[in-house]
Amino acid sequence: MIAPAILPARGAGDRLTGLFWRRPAVLVALLILPPLLWLGVIYLGALAALLLQSFYAIDEFSGIVVPEFTLKTYAELLRAQNLDIILRTALMAAAVTLASAVLAFPIAYYAARYARGGWKAAFYLGVMLPLWSSYLVKVYAWKLILAKEGILGWAASATGTGFLIDGLLAIPGFEGSSLSTSPFGTFLVFTYVWLPYMILPMQAALERVPASMLEASADLGATRAQTFRTVVLPLALPGVIAGSIFTFSLTLGDYIIPQIVGNSANFIGMAVYQLQGTAGNIPLAAAFAVVPIVIMLAYLWLAKKAGAFDAL
Amino acid sequence: MRSDRGPLSLRLAAIGGLLFLHLPILLIFLYAFTTEEKSYQFPPPGLTTKWFGVALWERPDIWPPLLLSLKVAAISTALALILGTLAAAAMSRARFFGRDQVTLLILLPIALPGVITGMSLRSAFGILDIPFSTWTIVLGHATFCIVIVYNNAVARLRRLSGGILEASADLGANGFQTFRHVLLPNMGSALLAGGMLAFALSFDEVIVTTFTAGQQSTLPIWMLNELVRPRQRPVTNVVAVVVFCATFVPILAAFYLTRGGSETAGSGK
Repeated sequence: MIAPAILPARGAGDRLTGLFWRRPAVLVALLILPPLLWLGVIYLGALAALLLQSFYAIDEFSGIVVPEFTLKTYAELLRAQNLDIILRTALMAAAVTLASAVLAFPIAYYAARYARGGWKAAFYLGVMLPLWSSYLVKVYAWKLILAKEGILGWAASATGTGFLIDGLLAIPGFEGSSLSTSPFGTFLVFTYVWLPYMILPMQAALERVPASMLEASADLGATRAQTFRTVVLPLALPGVIAGSIFTFSLTLGDYIIPQIVGNSANFIGMAVYQLQGTAGNIPLAAAFAVVPIVIMLAYLWLAKKAGAFDAL
Repeated sequence: MRSDRGPLSLRLAAIGGLLFLHLPILLIFLYAFTTEEKSYQFPPPGLTTKWFGVALWERPDIWPPLLLSLKVAAISTALALILGTLAAAAMSRARFFGRDQVTLLILLPIALPGVITGMSLRSAFGILDIPFSTWTIVLGHATFCIVIVYNNAVARLRRLSGGILEASADLGANGFQTFRHVLLPNMGSALLAGGMLAFALSFDEVIVTTFTAGQQSTLPIWMLNELVRPRQRPVTNVVAVVVFCATFVPILAAFYLTRGGSETAGSGK
């Protein structure tokens, strides 16, 4: 006896499979629904709550949050001391982004162009491990390095270069009793912690630059510097921008690093944390948290205008 | 004119950059053995292993945060594995209206700074009058762990040939049997890798957690408190070494699980 070509359904599983086959959209909807609900309700809901809170009023005498619409909280953001915090954070983010780009380039370029086989894997792991390893431990390691009695101070006094550190700490804006209490220390640690986030997209962009293009540039008589400036750099730019989005945004929001290393000058993240915690001023904390979102949106818009995404 | 190893200056700068990324972490290991308790003196005046014993036996305040961290990381990873895999399966299957927006929504929790995620959740808990608990921490952690699992699962699904799913259907398997006997074994290592990375990320997270934990203390929060107000510095160093290893091992394992693609069925044509 010959079995029929179409077997009868053997149960609910078969019937559902048939339904999914006839209507693939049902399956996709069923699959996407749980994650979409989670992210939509919890994440977007929370972001909406953040916006809502930032428009709430606070009773000046009792300090209790009143759910009434007001723009006073945002007006408070424009006070000199709060503008100071925003400006300081944005400047730090810009400095960290620049330094990361400069430090990341040789690593990304070497890994993309020259590293082969085992070295390629070593470079990949060499960037991935610091990126993923414990954030707090990394910050802590720098506390040990930058402390007055730590390894940097020891190395400086052993080699008689202590005046370099003293000179650095004497520069206006970098003042501190040691590197671990100087804004320069904050900058160093920020750069260290976010550097891998710059290397990876940069390397990805550089890997897409065809070697034949560099050879063509050399054949046409360009020097190494000219090739770099007119061929490599423009083609690497999307990667640099992508990396800078990470370094810039991560620095804007961080509050652990300036709390542990530096002169405890306020940053946006620290302001948010203190306002929601000890001060209990959730509306102002929420308004402060909206600032990085606005800055990042402006940043993305500018990057788009500059054509940074065209090559992606 | 181009040598295969690149100009010397470039090589030096690249290797210097990698050393800059790795040397600071090694220092933590040295300091876990120092005899100096009050400062970060270098070189350490003497070496001892007694702090491991002190951390183990004389500091009961370490254990509740450690247990809470493990619990939160386990629950968040489980949730992220389910939600991330579902999202990856849906996204790899079809192009549909709003697909790019959904991708953005999945990426957003790690693209925006942690302070925003943390403060947003804190605002929502405030408005809805939700008291802090283990679950408020889990809500935040699972949200940013989804994308880790999603990325790993999507990368594997992209490499997986659609042919083996069709072959399974041709041989009479229904969707659930195909999932159980074909899809899952092929996705296993990618999901394991994503799960381990998510676990490491959750175990180590501090920024979002400080907003969603209230008075509770996870291990990173315990460490943060010790950093701000040090008690026995070498004990903190010991915990730092343990935390580092607890995140380092899953990362290394995840790397080896996802490297190459030759073990994926149906990829050899």
